Amino acid sequence: MTDEPRFEHPPEERAPSYLAESHSLRSWFFTTDHKRIALLYLVSITLFFLIGAGAAALIRLDLLTPQGDLLTNDGYNRAFSIHGIIMVWFFLIPSIPNVLGNFLVPIMIGTRDLAFPRLNLLSWYIYILSGLLTLYVVVSGGVDTGWTFYTPLSSVYANGAVVATIVAVFISGFSTILTGLNFIVTIHKLRAPGMTWSRLPLFIWSHYAVSIIFVLATPVLAITLLLVAAERLIGIGVFDPRLGGDPLLFQHLFWFYSHPAVYIMVLPALGVVSELITAAAHKRIFGYWFVAFASIAIAVIGFMVWGHHMFVSGQSVFASAVFSFLSIAVAVPSAIKVYNWTATLYKADVAIDAPLLFALGFIGLFVAGGLTGLMLAMLAIDVHVTDTYFVVAHFHYIMVGGSVTAFFGGLHFWWPKMTGRLYNETLGRIAAILILVGFNITFFPQFLLGYQGMPRRYHVYPPEFQVLHVISSLGAALLAVGYAMPAFYLLWSLLPGGRRAPANPWGASGLEWTTSSPPPKHNFIAQPVVVRQPYDYPLAHPASRDDG
Amino acid sequence: MSAGIELWPPAASHHAQQVDLLIGSFGAMVWLLTIPVFVLMSWFAIRYRRSREVNRDHAPTRNLWVEVGWSVIPFILVLGFYVWATMLFLDLYRPPPDAIPIHVVAKQWMWKFQHPDGAREINNLHVPAGRPVKLIMTSEDVIHSFYVPALRQKQDLVPGRYTSLWFNADKPGRYPLRCAEFCGADHSAMGGTLIVMPPQDYAVWLGRNRDGGMDGTLAQAGARLFRDLGCSGCHSAAASVKAPPLEGIFGRPVALADGGTLIADDQYLSDSILLPNKQVAAGYRPIMPTYGNVLAPEQVNALVAYLKSSRAREDSK
Amino acid sequence: MAEGGVQEPFARAARQREAERLGMLIFLASEVMLFGGIFAAALALRLEHPAGYVDAAHHLKLWLGTANTGVLLTSSLCAALAVQAARNGQARWAACALWGAVALGTVFLAIKGVEYAGEYREGLMPGMATTHFEGRTQQLFMNLYFIGTGLHAVHVTFGLALLAAAALNRGARQDRHAMLIGNVALYWHLVDVIWVFLYPTLYLAGVR
Ligand code: HEA
Ligand code: HEA
Ligand code: HEC
Ligand code: CUA
Ligand SMILES: [Cu+2]
Repeated sequence: MTDEPRFEHPPEERAPSYLAESHSLRSWFFTTDHKRIALLYLVSITLFFLIGAGAAALIRLDLLTPQGDLLTNDGYNRAFSIHGIIMVWFFLIPSIPNVLGNFLVPIMIGTRDLAFPRLNLLSWYIYILSGLLTLYVVVSGGVDTGWTFYTPLSSVYANGAVVATIVAVFISGFSTILTGLNFIVTIHKLRAPGMTWSRLPLFIWSHYAVSIIFVLATPVLAITLLLVAAERLIGIGVFDPRLGGDPLLFQHLFWFYSHPAVYIMVLPALGVVSELITAAAHKRIFGYWFVAFASIAIAVIGFMVWGHHMFVSGQSVFASAVFSFLSIAVAVPSAIKVYNWTATLYKADVAIDAPLLFALGFIGLFVAGGLTGLMLAMLAIDVHVTDTYFVVAHFHYIMVGGSVTAFFGGLHFWWPKMTGRLYNETLGRIAAILILVGFNITFFPQFLLGYQGMPRRYHVYPPEFQVLHVISSLGAALLAVGYAMPAFYLLWSLLPGGRRAPANPWGASGLEWTTSSPPPKHNFIAQPVVVRQPYDYPLAHPASRDDG
Repeated sequence: MSAGIELWPPAASHHAQQVDLLIGSFGAMVWLLTIPVFVLMSWFAIRYRRSREVNRDHAPTRNLWVEVGWSVIPFILVLGFYVWATMLFLDLYRPPPDAIPIHVVAKQWMWKFQHPDGAREINNLHVPAGRPVKLIMTSEDVIHSFYVPALRQKQDLVPGRYTSLWFNADKPGRYPLRCAEFCGADHSAMGGTLIVMPPQDYAVWLGRNRDGGMDGTLAQAGARLFRDLGCSGCHSAAASVKAPPLEGIFGRPVALADGGTLIADDQYLSDSILLPNKQVAAGYRPIMPTYGNVLAPEQVNALVAYLKSSRAREDSK
Repeated sequence: MAEGGVQEPFARAARQREAERLGMLIFLASEVMLFGGIFAAALALRLEHPAGYVDAAHHLKLWLGTANTGVLLTSSLCAALAVQAARNGQARWAACALWGAVALGTVFLAIKGVEYAGEYREGLMPGMATTHFEGRTQQLFMNLYFIGTGLHAVHVTFGLALLAAAALNRGARQDRHAMLIGNVALYWHLVDVIWVFLYPTLYLAGVR
């Protein structure tokens, strides 16, 4: 064991924190500081989460009775469409990358800002613009296509504000592309001296992987949606069988984007969890290179499995068999991560705080969601459960149980760094457990519903499904309480008199913990120089000093 | 049906039981792969928690063989299931030749069925138990999906093309039939019933409904259309226009103007009627008018059934 | 320690230049994927209607398309020359070459406009009465043609604005590293490359 400092950095000098720099509104809305932009994103995605959650609340209330007494059929369709669209494009995709990623990527690699700070601000404005358009869609009567916009329903038959929605999602894509571009360039060109690729935190690796998807997949969605809008406006017919176009072409293009997009939603979460687990274990991650390359492997293989959403669409049998096989292949890197996290805890020095509870909750739910994903990838099973609540349960396990939980975990873990305040740890642990319990009550019954044959997007349903639906709705209420708790105690910690956070409250490694909480405007007082491996905890030090 | 919890859906065919077996076994394997994770993770977290004095020496942080092991072993296990599931799936695309062909047309928000001998029904589908049935399906407007949970089977109906699904329901009974692909406002109301009847009852039912819908069989209706629409004006030996003869065309290879050949199947015949310019038969000029805006899908089905039956006539000669 | 022209997170100008170039390349990669969707649609259309596709392509003005290919390639050459000139410190030449590229780009748009006008007169624009088309496949093909070339034309217009901005920017012309000019030229090459793929996909498909 050693007690040298982990990173060579000059003695603490006092510099005003990035929050104290200036208080004017201008200094927020025209900031190019990645940390402030991260907070702008935090506030905006929280607002969108509330809207998406409001729609979820409507869905769950409506499904309490088999006849769907609360909403009309059209109203219900609009509720789940807007729920899916907002949750996917306006909450989950920007959540971890744009909040935690924006805040941490430059600090973790030891630089002052992202490579293109003004572009970063621009991407927030683009996001807000597209968000406003979405709000317009919500108030102007909504959209009734589902988040998948299948043609020819969306291009010809739907009567909601389809074009406006498409334009909103289209615009938001630019925000995503610019963010990805910014991350890639930053990670390539702005690493601190000594921050070699083998010393990058895993959070950075997964953001690197996700940026690749941002840049390469999002434009495909853009052009696809453009074609749908053109179809609606001038009838170009590419997806319209009446002109000889092909509706399945839309599905191929959409899923070519959207399957990688589901990894957009989970890769950053995997990065967060790697950080939470090692920090709680106070031990180097088991199998650094395997975990790092698993992210890249997921990003790459993830581009080749889109057809598993189309097993019953009429695509060729051969194609289905190939996509099914590749879907199994893409699960392997996820398996590697899960097993490595488990091994990291072996002989560790585990601090059981709220972030770890969130991380463990994540792993449990992600594994459940991932393995049911594998079931869906099995052709004969998918034929039965596709487009049922089994699928709904699968993706909520991963996206809500997984990614949202990881987001909450990360938010707790880096809250002291972002705000300079400590939240109430006991309440944090209670919230973590409440969310885990509420979540399972909400979504586990949906697996059963799905296998019994309850199709998704059903407003009225056969009465034999009611009991499970009621359980699910009750669980959602519990879940809502779980989600509301952090909102209170986190904000509470910001009040004057909240406890101040030291630079490194968790005793964690990583460059972000070497600077003050909250960091100064330029992150570090002097350029840090990295001389150690990542996760260089004293434990197991002698044995692993040389490994890469 | 009463509003209780029903924990497992009924299985109306052999295939359905196979799928249940598959998912049951897969579920067992899932536990095998995950229980260790959950148990070890909790155990490590508790055993090695901060406040405890335990031996933490020589904590490993990498091990190539362990990594390879836990990448490859689960993969191989799942691969076994992949083979199983894919075989089951492939069976769904190999209908026995004697399957009863029933045409299905979906539209917002109803199911229309045409039995081969002319009976027609809406939303309810009567089939004989223990006999393979092949549904030849298309949609009039948006994509729908034919879903019978008791069969564990589902197939999308896509406008502009034919998809098919075959099954052999061996347990008589009434099973819900649902639309599983979101298709607009009343998607959730687009349901019906699959009524599996003992074969003798089915015969009786057919007898009662044979001319409930159309006069004569589907093929006879097609023959009438063929005359009334003027198809025979071109496609008959006596016609002045040079158009290919259609007797016995079904199942035969057709040479195309662009050099390719294909087998004349349902899709090709219906395309030839709806989009004649899509594939032009070799040696003919593309002068056949399109019937895309003129004909309803049921009429196309009837015409196709007629063209198929002319094959049967040929064969029996 | 900051050198002149170095902006916030960067400490050294060379690093900043590398970053800008990398950023441009990544952006172009995403543009390629954007057009990838159009090419995928064209491929699907061609596979599904092999004969109709060829017939429809036959109706495009092949010689206008060919001329445009030449014009755009030459324009791209000018942009490349501008980069060379700027690197050699010949600011004046760089400006000339850039304006040459702009002029040729404008010619491209003009020819495209003539072509569109012809198609408008024949009633082959999307959204016009279907009676003018010989068949649905032709209508579908023409629509895709308009979307593809239209989106490309938007990129051309945008590229022209960039080229003109670079030509007017004295600092850019005198920059020995040709950063701005280099990036603009890269963009222009991409626009060119996309056309080089659109041309066979749409025009040459009709050559028998
Ligand atoms: C964050 C989002 C996310 C993620 C990460 C995933 C991950 C996976 N998904 Fe999921 N999926 C969605 C979101 C996501 N999915 C959504 C939104 C839909 C529905 C879209 C719609 O129609 O609206 C969907 C639908 C969907 C379908 C189509 C269902 C249908 O409509 O018919 C399929 C089918 O194959 C599938 C499979 C998978 C697989 C194999 C993985 C894998 O990547 C999972 C890998 C993880 C594990 C396997 C767990 C960890 C591993 C172990 C503990 C060890 C054991 C491992 C092995 C045996 C290999 N998903
Ligand atoms: C990506 C992220 C994401 C997230 C976070 C969620 C969160 C939730 N979703 Fe999600 N959901 C999707 C993505 C997501 N969903 C997608 C993509 C679809 C498919 C859409 C489609 O078919 O097109 C879908 C569809 C979907 C359905 C299926 C609808 C159908 O097919 O008919 C259901 C049903 O239960 C559901 C429920 C929930 C619940 C209970 C939550 C909960 O976790 C949310 C927690 C919040 C609450 C339980 C409510 C609390 C409310 C407040 C705090 C605000 C109160 C405000 C007002 C009352 C105005 N969702
Ligand atoms: C004006 C004359 C004309 C009429 C009327 C006509 N056809 Fe045709 N049909 C043709 C010609 C010519 C071809 C061959 C060129 C082609 O494949 O398009 C053809 C091809 C076909 C083919 C494909 C045959 C093959 O060998 O590939 C089918 C099937 C067909 N017609 C069915 C019909 C039906 C059904 C109708 C009436 C609803 C009909 N036709 C009306 C002229 C006609
Ligand atoms: Cu038809 Cu849903
Ligand atoms: Cu997928």
